[in-house]
Amino acid sequence: MPEVTLVEAVNTALARAMGTDENVVVLGEDVGVNGGVFRATAGLQERFGEARVIDTPLAENLIAGTAVGMAAHGLKPIAEIQFMGFIYPALDQLLSHASRLRTRTRGRLTCPLVLRAPFGGGIHAPEHHSESTEALFAHIPGLRVVIPSSPARAYGLLLASIHDPDPVVFLEPKRIYRIVKQDVADDGHALPLDVCFVLRSGTDVTLVTWGAMTHETIQAADALSSAGISAEVIDVATIKPLDIETILESVEKTGRCVIVHEAARSGGWGAEISAQIMERGLLSLLAPVQRVTGYDTVMPLFRLEDRYMPSVDRIVQAAHATLGFE
Amino acid sequence: MTVSFKFDSLQYLDTDGAVVFEPLPEWANDAAILIPLYRTMVETRAFDAKAVALQRTGQLGTYASSLGQEAIGVATASVMTADDVLLPTYREYGAQFWRGTTMAEILLYWGGDERGSDYAGPRGDFPISVPIATHACHAVGVAYAMKLRQQPHAAVCFVGDGATSKGDFYEAINAAGVWRLPVVFVVTNNQWAISVPVSKQTAAETLAHKSVAAGIAGRRVDGNDCLAMKQAATEAIDNARNGRGPTLLEALTYRMSDHTTADDASRYRSAEEVDAHRLQDPIDRLRRYMESRGLWADAEEQELHDATAQRVEQQVKVYLDTPAPAPQTMFDHLYATLPRAFDAQRQAVIEEK
Ligand SMILES: Cc1ncc(C[n+]2csc(CCOP(=O)(O)OP(=O)(O)O)c2C)c(N)n1
Ligand SMILES: [Mg+2]
Repeated sequence: MPEVTLVEAVNTALARAMGTDENVVVLGEDVGVNGGVFRATAGLQERFGEARVIDTPLAENLIAGTAVGMAAHGLKPIAEIQFMGFIYPALDQLLSHASRLRTRTRGRLTCPLVLRAPFGGGIHAPEHHSESTEALFAHIPGLRVVIPSSPARAYGLLLASIHDPDPVVFLEPKRIYRIVKQDVADDGHALPLDVCFVLRSGTDVTLVTWGAMTHETIQAADALSSAGISAEVIDVATIKPLDIETILESVEKTGRCVIVHEAARSGGWGAEISAQIMERGLLSLLAPVQRVTGYDTVMPLFRLEDRYMPSVDRIVQAAHATLGFE
Repeated sequence: MTVSFKFDSLQYLDTDGAVVFEPLPEWANDAAILIPLYRTMVETRAFDAKAVALQRTGQLGTYASSLGQEAIGVATASVMTADDVLLPTYREYGAQFWRGTTMAEILLYWGGDERGSDYAGPRGDFPISVPIATHACHAVGVAYAMKLRQQPHAAVCFVGDGATSKGDFYEAINAAGVWRLPVVFVVTNNQWAISVPVSKQTAAETLAHKSVAAGIAGRRVDGNDCLAMKQAATEAIDNARNGRGPTLLEALTYRMSDHTTADDASRYRSAEEVDAHRLQDPIDRLRRYMESRGLWADAEEQELHDATAQRVEQQVKVYLDTPAPAPQTMFDHLYATLPRAFDAQRQAVIEEK
């Protein structure tokens, strides 16, 4: 099996989908000749031609709106937004149309599109290139929001997103595009959407996260383990719809929960998870749910970004806080 | 039926700096006008080379070079007054430097420090707009405010060729036309939007053609001919200030560098294509013209280069000597007064080591 990075796994999944279904098209800025600014679409135009791998004019509203039209009319568009920071012109199309075309037409027209975008901080990128606004999309009824945290999950979840009959916003944590390689068989096997992945089992505290933060969270679990504390680590993966059952089962066992995300704290997706735990798992809690998140500031430019992003230390401390609660 | 018509491009100088179109503007013989233009272009280029070097040695973040495009910003800004408002993209350092934004400020910005957008000089200018074309609408708002407040000023907005594909751009030029606003949209057509050539952005014959549907004046100019650029900007800004409405000014140039230091242009365009454009260089062209008129000589050239090198070094030092901001400053300008709700988070940032 080939060892690939997360971004290569995305590329492999795109090629697999295009090779097996001629209705799959890829569109976006610089996705064709250039192969994408992160190389996610490298080689696709050579293989599948300009008609199916489309360098669009510079216009995100166009990209998303075109994808809506294509999806409703028999194609399977996979649209790339170059960076999440430039996704907002597409928000109108996602909110007003992609998410509700099925509802509006009582299922007559549907919107099986995938909108991919790299997101998140930690790579010393310029202004507008580091934010994490997944909660904006997760808030929209009718959308799926999927975030891979490893090459294998990028491959399997992207294929699943492409096969899915509804619109999926597929957010790729660019900080971990290339930091690990993994054996990923290009066997066309999709992973399930709408379920969490338990990355590590433990009995004392549940750490819930997604995307790039799985790395810091695993490190925190290692640090806790050296201190004799057994942490369970859950990668939410599909943040909307949320598989709260897996999280509740874990919290039932551990009685403690720390939710970790890069995004700003207020109204972040951690708030939703925490609320659902209160609603359905209050009596299994031995301590209040803790959140370790970005601050409620504008994401600082990169000289301060390390101070903004949740650190391993902050996660460990939050876990200790749940354990020390009386 | 496709209606066809031409937008001719204004050009005074050929690539050797010889005059190909007359009459030249009156100031075209005035050393006091030409030398500052030339100096700022040279400074901009020297800055640019230094910034790329800083990035390559890990002392700066991603940087977008303005190599080969210096005349457009410098000549346009030279027509602006301090009270006009500049709304730049990330590639118009020439315009910014002319207006008093410092090299150290631009370095701080690309070095990941918000203080780089707190321009000590032009207090009313907008910061660099990275989300493409979004600031075209801001220019409309600024110009509307100028008009309503009866100020005889203009808003000058720079966008790229790629930006003209965005709704924001069409919306802006359309509204500017409706309200007859004192605004100039300078479209820096450097032929590329990262890897996408203009031919894939639009089927319109030129970008100036887009002015027609908006009902505003359209003009094309050789953006590597500093004289032509200054003349076209003079007319456009003068029209804006005097109630004669907005202009879309398409300035033709070529992006000599990679898109940014994070890009590798060899993936999508040939070295031959780039080389062919070296002849068009705006700085060489103006120098040859000035030399041919006896307005500039080798000794002055040498002096300028030495002074420029010193100036750039001094500004780099200011940048490198600026200590990182304290972490809690991320809360400093979130609101006019930080609401109490943020106290705990601010304290947490301070306490986290
Ligand atoms: C809305 C938006 N979409 C995408 C990007 C990513 N991006 C940065 S520069 C660029 C190309 C811009 O081309 P152009 O307008 O011609 O300006 P140039 O870079 O050539 O100066 C793109 C696609 C962005 N910054 N903003
Ligand atoms: Mg361009």
